[in-house]
Amino acid sequence: MTRDPAWPDKPDIEPLRNTVPPSAEQILALERTWRDPPGWLGFISAINHKTIGVRFIVTAFGFFVAGGLLAALMRLQLARPESRLIGPDLYNQLFTMHGTTMMFLFAVPVMQAVSVYLVPLMVGARSIAFPRMNAYAFWVYLFGGLMLYVAFAMNIGPDAGWFAYVPLSGPDYSPGKRVDFWAQLITFTELSGLLEAVILITTVFKLRAPGMTLNRLPLFVWGMLVTAFMVLFAMPSVMLASSALIMDRLVGTHFYNPAEGGDALLWQHLFWFFGHPEVYLIFIPGLGFISAIIPTFSRRPIFGYSAMVLALIATAFLSFGLWVHHMFATNLPELGKSFFTAVSMMIAIPSAVQIFCWIATLWTGRLNLKTPLLFVLAFFVILVIGGLSGVMLASVPLDLQVHDTYFVVAHLHYVLIGGAVFPLIGAIYYWYPKITGRLMSERLGRWNFWLFFVGFNIAFFPMHLLGLMGMPRRVYTYPKEMGWGGLNLLSTVGAVMVAFSVLLFLVNAWRSRTHGALAGDNPWGAGTLEWGTSSPPPAGNFNAVPVVHGREPLWEAQPEPTHVSGLAADQREVLVTTVLEAHPDHRVVFPVPTPWPFVGAVATTVLFVGSIFTPWAVVWGMVPVAIALTAWFWPRRRETRAHLALERSP
Amino acid sequence: MSALQDSLHTFGPQAGHILDLWRLTLLICTAVFTLVLLGFLYAIWRAPKAGPHTPPDLGAFEHSEPTLQRNVIAAVIVSAALLLVLVGASVWTDRVLAQMSLRDALHVQVTAHQWWWEIQYDDAQPARVFTTANELHVPVGRPVVLTLKSDDVIHSFWVPNLAGKKDLIPGRTAQMQFRADKAGVYRGQCAEFCGYQHAWMAFLVVADEPSRYEAWAAGQRQAPPPPADPVAARGMRIFLGSTCVMCHNIAGTDASARKAPDLSHLGSRQTLAAGALPNNAEKLAAWIAEPQKIKPGVNMPAHAFAPDDLHALVVYLESLK
Repeated sequence: MTRDPAWPDKPDIEPLRNTVPPSAEQILALERTWRDPPGWLGFISAINHKTIGVRFIVTAFGFFVAGGLLAALMRLQLARPESRLIGPDLYNQLFTMHGTTMMFLFAVPVMQAVSVYLVPLMVGARSIAFPRMNAYAFWVYLFGGLMLYVAFAMNIGPDAGWFAYVPLSGPDYSPGKRVDFWAQLITFTELSGLLEAVILITTVFKLRAPGMTLNRLPLFVWGMLVTAFMVLFAMPSVMLASSALIMDRLVGTHFYNPAEGGDALLWQHLFWFFGHPEVYLIFIPGLGFISAIIPTFSRRPIFGYSAMVLALIATAFLSFGLWVHHMFATNLPELGKSFFTAVSMMIAIPSAVQIFCWIATLWTGRLNLKTPLLFVLAFFVILVIGGLSGVMLASVPLDLQVHDTYFVVAHLHYVLIGGAVFPLIGAIYYWYPKITGRLMSERLGRWNFWLFFVGFNIAFFPMHLLGLMGMPRRVYTYPKEMGWGGLNLLSTVGAVMVAFSVLLFLVNAWRSRTHGALAGDNPWGAGTLEWGTSSPPPAGNFNAVPVVHGREPLWEAQPEPTHVSGLAADQREVLVTTVLEAHPDHRVVFPVPTPWPFVGAVATTVLFVGSIFTPWAVVWGMVPVAIALTAWFWPRRRETRAHLALERSP
Repeated sequence: MSALQDSLHTFGPQAGHILDLWRLTLLICTAVFTLVLLGFLYAIWRAPKAGPHTPPDLGAFEHSEPTLQRNVIAAVIVSAALLLVLVGASVWTDRVLAQMSLRDALHVQVTAHQWWWEIQYDDAQPARVFTTANELHVPVGRPVVLTLKSDDVIHSFWVPNLAGKKDLIPGRTAQMQFRADKAGVYRGQCAEFCGYQHAWMAFLVVADEPSRYEAWAAGQRQAPPPPADPVAARGMRIFLGSTCVMCHNIAGTDASARKAPDLSHLGSRQTLAAGALPNNAEKLAAWIAEPQKIKPGVNMPAHAFAPDDLHALVVYLESLK
């Protein structure tokens, strides 16, 4: 490396600063600065949040399809009584893999994935915070999911349920490595999830465009902010639980062994302290999608913005106080259970507030009934049923009858598919043109919607009845004499319809990349910032960082100043603003693409997978992780010089 | 085997109170659902249609919307009030369930195993204690107190026609009480996932008139008489000379292991293998020969008896009434 004799007195790099409006030269420089490098090295070095966001979304949908196929196999097995298609060993793996996939590899990550793409655009930022960590979090998530499926393909997939209750999942009743893969998957996804939470919180708090005060934040971003905080508090609990489990299994501790002073119920407390908030981790982003889609398609701002935000926060708080409603059948004190009944019912109130505000918005709006809105409207039917069956489950006596039956299976699918998947698919139809520049087919979209809506209800509504008729969950078969065959067959028919509908969705998403109608910047006439840049957005998101003057910046008149001038176009310079008022605070230069997060994720994977087989992997696996992390953070002389030049130039 | 297993047809006070609560809850929830749906459909129907280029109505930014606000607040208050009613009804039901009279109760210990139920009838006199498996006989009209334990993983005891479920957790002891008010056979099943054969971990609750129950209990307290029939006697010798005795118990013989269901009165039971098969000679022979075919993963190993021996064994076991 040659030393520049003139440095630091005479910077050899004169930064190119943007003007308003930006010149063609500045736009070109911006694109060159923020773009990910080409080639295979560029592929693993990519850190642009849009690149990572798309990979994240596609991966999560890949796991969604995998998890859905597992569910289809289960439905085939259950279509008739005493079927011999699938035995208990495979069936137990199927439902464990289905639950684990949908909860840990699809529902939570896909929401974070969509936000990785959208949140910076919605808050008017050039990039997500900690872009390298963002890439690392994606790779860790991908490798964790692949590990689980490799194990499943080798017939060592976990089979103790996605909830892995001890002692069934403990060393005595689950010998072999199956449950260890499950516990390590938790470690992978928790690591990724926690990192993403930190990234999203920082992006929302510090990288908002000037003028976007907290009470101008789009409701979807509010939802993701609340979700990210919930992740920070909920996930450590399951990480603790699964680490204790893997230690019981691998190094002979006795956290959950009652014979040695441990407690089997401890697992349930730790798991559900995470597990119940997790439902809301999935559901709150869904609410955010709805709050983004309804105003656009009813051509008016949302009714009751402040009430909506407070409802989100109230939901998040309450969701930490009702985990015991998963444990009503245990011998915990009865009086204590009543408090959890009250909280479980109380959480319906903030959801009711939001539902009424949406109805009020639709009531007074003018409706543009396109596919995204259809999916959101379905939410009202499905989620309200799911919410009401949730109210039933909150009652201790009712729960004692329907707990661990197909009634709960129906309930949770109504809540999670109605509350998260329907809004998510609607959101994909809504933001697809932003990501690709083309609209998805409206005709296929309508087929997709109606098949999904009808199929879903045929598949899951009968399960309410089955549960009341006494059919327990997680059974690989059931006797003919019970009379459950007809409803199960009906349910399987519905599941097939849902499968076709998902296929249509995938076809639509694939074809529309090249065949869809050109969208233009703002095909839906929306009011939030992400629609104020081109579709797909340039590498640096905005040719000039916008200044925000209202809640729906594209709908409202834009007083001066409209944009920020003076940020470097040839450096990854971003503007950091204050938490509450989003006043410009300082400028910071973001890191450039590098393969080290990828290498770090590979090293982490080796450590995690290795530790399933020997505790020493934790020790020796640290070495490559440390090397990768050191290289990742090692400052480059040229970059430092450029940063200093930027600081010194007027 | 066509016994009931249904929470909507109840034959005892515990399940009955829950069913009453269910009806009230269903009524309120259906009403709420209908109202929300109607409000929502009406909103869509009345709203004028628009396109992406319709200029947005920004009135909400300039003035408040008092009518909307009032309606939303009213709807939230009504929802909260209905929820309070439900919380009240739920707690009240809970109280009623806990207050069931236990005078003159029958005390039974239920221990869950992968994948069968051990049932021990307690008595102040140790000689009157007896054990059976997968079939709980109770007298009609008399309260029953179950002490629930688990020998391995977590299971859950559930007879929907009679009562809600209760988990059996290793290292903990739980209790539940119920009463059957009508004679009949009620099917129950493990409700907590417990491994390979969770699906076939069923049991029957046989509710009999008190006199019939007492007669049954008296029979269970007696050791079965030594077989008179020569085939059955040969079956007994085969049983005692094979690995069966490593796990099973038959009162009055040298077989006294407790790892598997007590067979002292096997012939009097309605099902085999925790509800997986009806109890008859043919099914029993199939079960002894190839249990892994019927319940894959079950802890009972296969036994390759000669056909004659198997026949004798089955005759003996079926004679244990």
